Amino acid sequence: MTQLLEIKDLEVAIDNKTILKGVNLTIKEGEVHTLMGPNGSGKSTLSNVIMGHPKYQVTSGDILYKGKNILKMEPHERALIGIFLAFQYPKEITGVTLEEFLLAAYRAKQAHTDPDKPPILVFRFKKMLREVMAEFKMPEDFAERFLNHGFSGGEKKKAEALQMAVLQPTLAIMDETDSGLDVDALKTITANIDKVMRKREKTGVLLVTHYQRILKHLEPDYVHVMKNGRIIKSGGPELAHELEEKGYEHL
Amino acid sequence: MIDPTVKSEAGTKSEKGIFARLNRDTLDHSDPSDYMEKFKKGISPQLVAHISKDKEEPEWMLHQRMKAYENFTRIPLPNWGPNLEALNFDEICFFAKAADKKGGYESWDKVPAYIKNTFDRLGIPEAEKKVLAGVGAQYESEVIYHSLENELKEQGVLFLDMDLALQKHHDLVQKYFMKCVPATDHKFSALHGAVWSGGTFLYVPSGVKVKKPLQAYFRMNAMNMGQFEHTLIIVEEGAEAHYIEGCSAPKYGSNALHAGCVEVFVSKGAKFRYSSVENWSKDTYNLNTKRAIIEEGGTMEWVGGNMGSGVTMLYPCSILKGRNARADHLGIAFANAGQIQDTGARVLHLGENTGSKITMKSISKGGGHSIYRSDIRIAKTAKNAISQIECDALILDPISVSDTFPNIKVDNNSATVSHEARVGRLNEEDIFYLTSRGIEKAQAEAMIVNGFISPIVRELPLEYAVEMNRLIELEMENSIG
Repeated sequence: MTQLLEIKDLEVAIDNKTILKGVNLTIKEGEVHTLMGPNGSGKSTLSNVIMGHPKYQVTSGDILYKGKNILKMEPHERALIGIFLAFQYPKEITGVTLEEFLLAAYRAKQAHTDPDKPPILVFRFKKMLREVMAEFKMPEDFAERFLNHGFSGGEKKKAEALQMAVLQPTLAIMDETDSGLDVDALKTITANIDKVMRKREKTGVLLVTHYQRILKHLEPDYVHVMKNGRIIKSGGPELAHELEEKGYEHL
Repeated sequence: MIDPTVKSEAGTKSEKGIFARLNRDTLDHSDPSDYMEKFKKGISPQLVAHISKDKEEPEWMLHQRMKAYENFTRIPLPNWGPNLEALNFDEICFFAKAADKKGGYESWDKVPAYIKNTFDRLGIPEAEKKVLAGVGAQYESEVIYHSLENELKEQGVLFLDMDLALQKHHDLVQKYFMKCVPATDHKFSALHGAVWSGGTFLYVPSGVKVKKPLQAYFRMNAMNMGQFEHTLIIVEEGAEAHYIEGCSAPKYGSNALHAGCVEVFVSKGAKFRYSSVENWSKDTYNLNTKRAIIEEGGTMEWVGGNMGSGVTMLYPCSILKGRNARADHLGIAFANAGQIQDTGARVLHLGENTGSKITMKSISKGGGHSIYRSDIRIAKTAKNAISQIECDALILDPISVSDTFPNIKVDNNSATVSHEARVGRLNEEDIFYLTSRGIEKAQAEAMIVNGFISPIVRELPLEYAVEMNRLIELEMENSIG
């Protein structure tokens, strides 16, 4: 299997304060990785840096995607080559509907992967979106609501998973997608992660969480524990169960 | 670049529509202005008399013009708002005719090609065919084209050039002309009263409901031009109409002046909407006065987009005279580099149960300065009046500025007034969120800006909403620093 994501000795600072202190992580095609760790350990920072958030400075190290260094790429360029971040706290954008936003994103991606093809027609896109929404058990009017505006915590997470399902990334980073969800919503989302990502070949998932709960629905291939800006332990699914019993303190 | 097709399903159609080709060149393009040789710059009593004579006006109008001129010389520049001292009246041409056809041509085929080309580029004849019930087109000081659907003519609707209206409907004009905005109001209403020329007269008889919008387009072409069109609108009892005003001028890097005047009389139970998409060049001083008097149960709606001009001072005013009269003010102002957009609203509540709602949105970019200024008064007589004011400012970069100067005066206890003001900055986190899905930064910014103004833009007819979004897009094209 080829390497999808390769993070080498990554050091990251914000406002001259070092947050990531040498992170190494490799995700191969077809793998689901879970990144766990206490609050403030640097999990969200890592997610944002992979996506290219401008407020972080990468002070040393590399991030390779399919063997290519992506550190100089803009966030939208990273998205176009297949990276997706499901946000822990998705932003509320008033005046822009979920549907028109996703159409713009879908067309941007289409123009990148298939430049000769005419952009998807609005009615076709709507039809497709409605189909995916039905799988997520979302009401139809959801698409016409302003992006995340007035959504409950659970609705926001569902909307993130919906975006992922529509945009079909190759590498999905899911930052605390499980927090704030009830069991039913959690099942729906994990079933879709399975369907969208694992059932397709050549994709990878990085699931960031500090609960074990989601792992009951989505068995990872690898579990990593992050603490103080470093990955201090890696292992198989059994590591998650160990953490459940003993917590992070003993590590 | 923003994708206009994401706005709505219908937006997809108009992507190829009337205003799709609109670009900076279209607006900034200037046509030859050889005719200007005949016209002098500066203002004098002789010029005022000459304008009146040229138009073969009745004696009372000449008298009124001369009196207005006196007021203009006497009244000082406003001692508040943007500094107007750089505006040199000696450098402005106050009256110029590009063609000599009183009342305008009745067919676009007869309009001289060099003028028609401009309006073709601006999409006016095409809009006329597709969405409008009537069109007026002014070029420099005079109207060059006017039309109205026959069906409306038969119903007694009058829609014609203001100069011609003074001749053909003398008594009606005399009854209303500058009764809503007197020439003594301020320096620029006085100037307007002295040198006004062209504009539109609209009369909608009792009970007639004009379904499609009527439009007038005002174009300045020559350098240092001054345009002073007068718009007089009378909507009789129970009648309804929607009027759209558009305007633009090429950029010369030298001052131009627009001091138009709009007077609207909304009778009992009548409903009128005045929409404008203003895009004067950035060396224009836009010092415009718009005012409506609304009788019992009448409704006045102002929808405005101010994109152009160097300095704008514009505060559409509604006088809610009759009981249950209401006014809606919706406005967008975009202040880009070198622009001051001093806009807002004035509402005077006189009648019982009168209601007003003011929703203003401003965007500042590239060092632009937007100001929301309002004057809301609720008189003793306006029992149970309600006024709801919302103003939102969006600042796109650290060098741009937004200010709010609300003035509210309430003279009775039964009135309800609410005022909400919000200032927001374009947020890095919001942009990151949108770009993380593959949308380019400039498009993400435009999406946020379009989302911000969408509550107002969607009040415009579709074609004009597309035009408005296109104009915003043009302003957004120079990436934010």
